Amino acid sequence: MSGLSFDQVQAILFIPLAAAALLGFIVNYRLGARINVLACLLTLLVALSLFVTGAPPVGAYFLIDELNIVFIALNTFVGFTTAVFSASYIGHELAIGRLTPTYLRFYHAMYQLLLFAMNLALVANNVGLMWVAIEIATLTTVIMVGLYRSHEALEAAWKYFILGSVGIALALFGTILFYMAAQPVVGEGLDAMTWTVLIARVAEFDGALINVAFIFLLLGYGTKVGLAPVHAWLPDAHAEGPTPSSAVLSGLLLNVALYAVLRFKMLMAANPEAIAPGPLMITMGLVSLIFAAFMLYRRRDIKRMFAYSSIEHMGIITFAFGMGGPVANFAGLLHMVMHSLTKSAIFFAVGHIAQAKGTQKIADIRGLTESHPWLGWGLVIGVVAISGLPPLGIFMSEFLVVTSTFAQEPLLAIPLVIGLLVAFGALMLRLNSLAFGAPRGNSAPVKASYVPMYAHLSLVLIAGVYLPAPLVSWFQHIAALLG
Amino acid sequence: MDGLIFDIAHLLAGGLVLVSFMMLYQDRLYALLNVYALHALVLALSVAWQAFAQDAPHLYVTALIALVFKAIIIPVALHRMIARLGIHREIETVVGIGPTMLAGMGLVALSMVVMLRVTAAADPMAREDLAFALAVVLLGLLMMVTRRNAVSQVVGFMSLENGLVLAATGARGMPLVVEISVAFSILIALIVIGIMLFRIRERFDTVDVHALDRFRGERR
Repeated sequence: MSGLSFDQVQAILFIPLAAAALLGFIVNYRLGARINVLACLLTLLVALSLFVTGAPPVGAYFLIDELNIVFIALNTFVGFTTAVFSASYIGHELAIGRLTPTYLRFYHAMYQLLLFAMNLALVANNVGLMWVAIEIATLTTVIMVGLYRSHEALEAAWKYFILGSVGIALALFGTILFYMAAQPVVGEGLDAMTWTVLIARVAEFDGALINVAFIFLLLGYGTKVGLAPVHAWLPDAHAEGPTPSSAVLSGLLLNVALYAVLRFKMLMAANPEAIAPGPLMITMGLVSLIFAAFMLYRRRDIKRMFAYSSIEHMGIITFAFGMGGPVANFAGLLHMVMHSLTKSAIFFAVGHIAQAKGTQKIADIRGLTESHPWLGWGLVIGVVAISGLPPLGIFMSEFLVVTSTFAQEPLLAIPLVIGLLVAFGALMLRLNSLAFGAPRGNSAPVKASYVPMYAHLSLVLIAGVYLPAPLVSWFQHIAALLG
Repeated sequence: MDGLIFDIAHLLAGGLVLVSFMMLYQDRLYALLNVYALHALVLALSVAWQAFAQDAPHLYVTALIALVFKAIIIPVALHRMIARLGIHREIETVVGIGPTMLAGMGLVALSMVVMLRVTAAADPMAREDLAFALAVVLLGLLMMVTRRNAVSQVVGFMSLENGLVLAATGARGMPLVVEISVAFSILIALIVIGIMLFRIRERFDTVDVHALDRFRGERR
């Protein structure tokens, strides 16, 4: 890493950071939105160029391997499409006076800072650095959630801040314990926090100590993944913040926290004395899935409903990774990608729907396919996808999760399938009233950008019908790495 | 000499746990802030002693940060904020002081049992430090759940972070990156909280979290 040469890892960190600094000074919101989109596009292009050039050499701080490159590609892609959506979304918020230009400046800067923090967490080769990055991401999202400054938004931001900080504090304690376990073996200093060094030597660590460390890490980062019983911040934060931030939270930040858990799970799996991390993750995943599935029935707020659906899906993904083995890991990885794409598409639709109708109450929204056909049908496709119907991508990944569970632990498949069916019922019930029937409320057309939403949905559809062979073999390779 | 070094480290870390207990039963905001400043002072001494014992000069920086930011700047800033908000009245506690103290003792016992057992192989000084640090973290958590007032929840959170700093300095040779980041996170946290509190003030005329609960998004 000489001073002049600028590798891609530094670029995907530097572009969002520079953009955040620049956007803080741009008064004109149209220009700000454009720069936001442009910066995201540049970051995406740099991230994609990693596939062409191959991974740069592993450094003391940064690491690109087969696992995190998936997350980076997904992160920058959804970051870019959300920026496109955000550009049309905020125009309307400004017009109705929910936001002022000063806040928008702030919002754009925070958006880029969040992307920077997430990218940093993903490329970090140092568990301490990863923790710092996730903490920055938490703080920026707290500010974004409280952006509207309404009672509800403040309560949501406060709750998120308190629960998020406690989670992040527990994660730090776990990180310190891990360092304590590594230090007698690896020696003092930076090496004992470098992930590549840890994974090479973890077999010699004290098993009991890293068991305790992992429990802290799972609870701490699990708070950020939104796993029950530490999920309480998630529905409020999704419902009360601006919709682009809900899309980024659900689609990306939950994944980043899960990525941190996965890194430590790999370390645990490599130590013969340590407890198996699988059962813990399976339990938390199943509890989240079933709890969220039942909670879906009682929702009256459309964004809150999809937030619970995010808890449900993060539960499924954690369950799949906890189950382990090539098929379940493959399914978990695929499910994660599909969920990110679908859920952010749904939030794109929901954001414009809430703007068109002027409300987020499910009872006040009816007959969307008649009043706003493009939005309505987008929502229908999105909900059909998220509830796991064929031929869309989530059907395939859920199917793989269920079959691999049957193969490994048949009894666990029963609660899993029950959870999936209960959630399916709730979503279909609500979809029916939202999308069909006589339109209710405001039917005026709304200026919306359909491209990001339909781009995501078509990717999900393509993945459901046909997965390209290189992608499959690549995911299989990662699944094998995850153990 | 080794015995003395260990004893003093033990004394200071134990003192931190004791001050955490003192925070649990403060029922006025100003008193709470004063005890928090004491907490930060004990932390600074403890970190400085670790720096001396481990012969790690960079830890003096951490001690200085603890002394300047946590023991002076933050309490003073919060003091002013409380004065400006006019909320220097009694703190309501959700659970009574007796049960809270009992729960606190249980948590301390728990952290001793857990940490001393799993760190049997580690160096004794780090071991004691870690056990006390976990106790401070858990007491901070306890304080956050037993308080309703937003300011005292924040103080609880900051005492929790003090416990983390104690753990980080106890772990021999842990890179400085992390320690500074903890200090910075406190600072950032304060900024966020400051913004929050003022926004809350604008909208509700109270910082009681229960008042926030009334505005839940999903009333029936």
